[in-house]
Parts: sequence; C-alpha cells; structure tokens
Amino acid sequence: MTGYLVRRAAQAVVVVLGVTAVTFGLQQLIPGSLARAILGPRASPAEIAAFNQANGLGRPPVEQYLAFLGRLARGDLGYSYRLNQSVDSLVLHQLPNDVVVVGTALVLALAIAIPLGIAQAVRRNRAVDHAATAATFALYSMPSYWLAILLIAGLSITAHALPAEAPQAATIGGLLADPVALILPVLTLTLVNVALFSRYMRSAAISTLAEDYIRVARAKGMPARRVLTRHVVRNSLISVTTLIGLSLPVILTSGLVIEYVFNVPGIGLTYYTAAVNADYPVELGIAVLVGLVTVAGNLLADLAYVILDPRIRYE
Amino acid sequence: MSDTRQRSASRFQAVPEPAGPRLAGARVPPGRASDSVLRAFARHRAGLVGAGLIAALALFCFLGPLLYHTDQVHANIQLTNLPPGPGRPLGTDANGYDILGRMMVAGQITLEIGLAVAILATAIGVAWGAVSGYAGGLADAIMMRVVDIGLAIPAIFLLIYLASVLRPTVPLLIAVLTLLSWFGAARLIRGETLTLRTREFIEAVRAMGGRGPRLVLRHLLPNTAGTIAVSATFQVADAIILLATLSFLGFGLPPPAATWGGMLAQGITYLLDGYWWEVYPAGFAIMLTVIAFNLIGDALASSLDARLRA
Repeated sequence: MTGYLVRRAAQAVVVVLGVTAVTFGLQQLIPGSLARAILGPRASPAEIAAFNQANGLGRPPVEQYLAFLGRLARGDLGYSYRLNQSVDSLVLHQLPNDVVVVGTALVLALAIAIPLGIAQAVRRNRAVDHAATAATFALYSMPSYWLAILLIAGLSITAHALPAEAPQAATIGGLLADPVALILPVLTLTLVNVALFSRYMRSAAISTLAEDYIRVARAKGMPARRVLTRHVVRNSLISVTTLIGLSLPVILTSGLVIEYVFNVPGIGLTYYTAAVNADYPVELGIAVLVGLVTVAGNLLADLAYVILDPRIRYE
Repeated sequence: MSDTRQRSASRFQAVPEPAGPRLAGARVPPGRASDSVLRAFARHRAGLVGAGLIAALALFCFLGPLLYHTDQVHANIQLTNLPPGPGRPLGTDANGYDILGRMMVAGQITLEIGLAVAILATAIGVAWGAVSGYAGGLADAIMMRVVDIGLAIPAIFLLIYLASVLRPTVPLLIAVLTLLSWFGAARLIRGETLTLRTREFIEAVRAMGGRGPRLVLRHLLPNTAGTIAVSATFQVADAIILLATLSFLGFGLPPPAATWGGMLAQGITYLLDGYWWEVYPAGFAIMLTVIAFNLIGDALASSLDARLRA
C-alpha cells in the first residue's frame, strides 16, 4: 500500500506542476504585455522597462516559470495592481464566506442525497423511486443559474418569503448577521449538489444491496433497518468520499455562478469581477488556487478510499 | 427503465457478444450490433422523447426563421420590452428584438456549437484514450497526467479568463470548448481499451501479427462504439450548458449574436418588472435541450448495458 500511496502522491506532484505550467502559459496570452496591461496605455517606455526589470519579465521563460513556482511555493498568488492588494489577502478575506455558503450547501446536500439515494434503492422501480429519479434528472439538467432564477421568481418575487440577494457584508460576521438572506443561495447550491450526488448514491446503494454480505445479514435475522444503517449506509459512504473529491470542479463551478447570481461576496464573485475588469493577476492567482484545491481533493479522496475500505489492496 | 424492459430488449439481440474472435480483416456483417442497440433504444420511451424533442427543436431553429421573419441585428428602441401580442407571440426584449425569432437564431448557434464541440472533443478524446490505453507504460502515464491536468482547473474558470483576453467568435468558441472538453472522453476510452486489451479476441489478433494503428482502429475502437456514442451524447449536453453559462455571465459571443444564456441574463434584469416573456422562453429552452440530450444518453447507455449483460 505504501508503494501505491507514494506513486499516487508523485502523480499529484506532476499534475500540480502541469497546472502551474498551464497558468504560466495563460499569462503569456495577455494582449500586449503584462506591463502594458497593468500600467495602462499611458505608461512611458521607461516605466514599462522598469516594471519588466522589477518583475524579472525580461528573463528567459523557463527562469520566469521557476520564479513563478518559487513564489507559489511561498504561498504568493500574485498581486492585484488594480486593487492594490495581494491576491493572498483577497482570497483569505473571502475564504470564510465561501466555506460557509458552499460548505453548508455541501453538508446539507449529503444529508439529503444519501438517505434519498438509499430510500430509492430500497424502493427500486416503484412510483416513489421514479418520481425522485425524474426530479433529480430535471435538477441535474438545469444550469445552476436557471434554478436560481426559478427560486427567486417563486420564493422571492411572487411569495415575498426570502430576499433575492445575499447579505452585502464584507466579513463573515456581517454575512452571518443576516442568515435569512443566505437561504436562497445555499438552497440553490444544495439542490444542485443533491442532483449530482443522489443519482450516484442510488446506483451505489443498489449494487451494495445485491452483495452477499447483505443477504447474510438478513439471513441471520438482522432487522431491515439495522441492515441499512450498519451495512448499506456505511459501505455506500465509501464511494461518496470519492464522489466528493471528483465533483470538486463541478461544485466550484456552481459556486462561482451562484455567487454571481446572488451577489455573494466570495472568491467566485471576485474571480468574475476580476475578469470584467481585466485584472489578470487576480484571475490567474485564483485559477491556480482552484486547480491546486481540485488536485488536493482528488488525492485526499483516493487516500480516504484506501483507508476506509480495507478490502482494497494495492501492490 | 424497468428490468423487464431491459430483458425483453435483449431478446432482439442478434450478436451475443460485443465481438467474438475473428480473422483480422474479416468484415463484420454491417451494423448488426448497433441494430440491436437501436432496437433496445427504441423501447426506451424516455430516449424517444429526447430524440423527438431534439427533432422538434432543430425544426424550430432551422426551419422556423424561414417561415417567421424577424430582424435580429438592428435594435429598435420603439419596440422595447413589449408584452406578447398580435404579430409578436413572445413579445420583444430590451433592444426591441422579437423574442420568438431570437429564440430560433440563438438555438441555431447553440445546436451548432454543441454538436461541433461534442464531435470534435469525442474524436480527440477517443484517439487520445485509445492510444494511451494501447501503448501502456510510460506513454500511458504521461498521457493520463495530461488528462489529469486538463481536469484540474474547472473549464468555466479558464473560459472566463480566455474570454477576458481574447474576443470570442463562433470558431474560436468551438475550438476552446473542444480543447477543454475532451479529457473525460479520453479517460473513459482509455479504461475501455485497458479491459479490451486482455480479451481473447485481441490476443488472437496479436497472435496473427495484428498490431499498431490497425489493431486499434479495426479491433479496439469498434468495440467501444457504444461507449463513444453515449459519451458524445452527454458531451453535447455538457457543451450546451457550458456555452449557456458563459453567455449568461456575459463572456459569450458579443452582440448582436443571439444566445439563450445572453437572453436569460438580459431578461433577469426585468424579472422584478414582471417581464416574464424575457426570462422563461430562454431558460426553458436551455433546460429542455439539455434534458433531451441527457435522456438520449441515458437511454443509449442502458440499451448498451442490456446488450452487454445478456
């Protein structure tokens, strides 16, 4: 197993290098030059030269890439000249907001999708199962912003029950001071994730229910409810860990869209604003961070899988 | 999609195995395996509904403008935000464009880009995956790390960045969406290739001296045809969602190009004013199109499953 872990970690390192190389490559696509993009059209040639000198932009690309890697290794994601703030401080400032909104939605989605998937597997091919399958299928086929719009139209505009905008506070305390305004964004993200997980959970539970050890548990007279909680839920949870790891890109994508629709002050909205304002350092800093989070998530999911399921043996 | 239906579908099956050992170069009776998949598919009501929806949509988008003429290029401020009425069944938007007509034009772009991206991305993914799985060893390891890197940064982040650097056009969007969409297919086909590689019929081909491109093209890939079809169908749905999301966020094709995502983005500004005709047509169009392709993909997958399991 150690061999597998080492190999898997080495793969992750290669992928991380690749992600940073891609980001570095994207930086070269900036129209004109980085200096021109940052200093603006009125900068004099001397100022451009000074900027290039200060940031090592005149050096060979390989050297620049290594310097870029070095900065990343020290946790430096770049600097926004437009906001006059480091990308690190921007991200750190907003991370708690994302953890609250996206994290709550993720936990809620699991709390709904796992029992739902198992209930569907137990009542397989009955009316309840078909209804739930149709509902999650429709949710799954809906872009997240369309679901958001429907919820806003129904719950906010028609029913006047909930505000259509997230609390407009910069800090996590301000965000939590107005929890009612957080309901719609969290609800939308939860539904998006439920659609993502429950279809998978249903098929995972169906194959678990067909296992011999379930038959054994039933044969020895274990009550049906205990068979579900002791064997089906626990074994299906193993595949859910992998699913969360692999779904990170989708979760982050819907996070960005939902932050845009509800104006949630988070990293996704910051990315959007940076793109509108052509604030390239912020865009690239967040992109590389998102890439690293995804790679780390996949790695953790794979490791968790090995640890949680003792039947898996890697040579 | 009950079990009984799947079992009865397999009754029509002509060939029991995806492909048995056969002589290199011997022709399979044309289309028999795919025939049985098509028959199984035809028994899936959901799949047929999906196919019907796509057919209706294609007629609406490509035939519609020939019967229902509208100007989708010149804005007309005397016609802004008009509710549905005689001569304009779905009203007009903030630029005075007729919404029904705009739905058709936007649908054309959506279907064209969605299909083009799905075909190109599947082709690249299949080639990459098959070569990687067939080659094995170091080449496989390197090629799969490229796929991992491609899957690491979510496509929408890269698309937004690229849209802020480059000016989107239809060919450029197709190229970029393709470049960001083939990784999943590559991983899938590589997995299939790995399992097929150990099968007897491939060993038999090898024993007879069949190798390289010929073995991959004539023996490995035909046996992944079903997986390829399923993956390509879901790919269309994914590409359409990605494209609509990009337009919704305002990084899609610049005006006067019509896109459903763009119409939706403009419409929600007026949601509070009650201009429902500017929001719902575009939103439901995106949703129904994606549902249709997902239904077809699901039905194809389970027909294929039924064929393989029998």
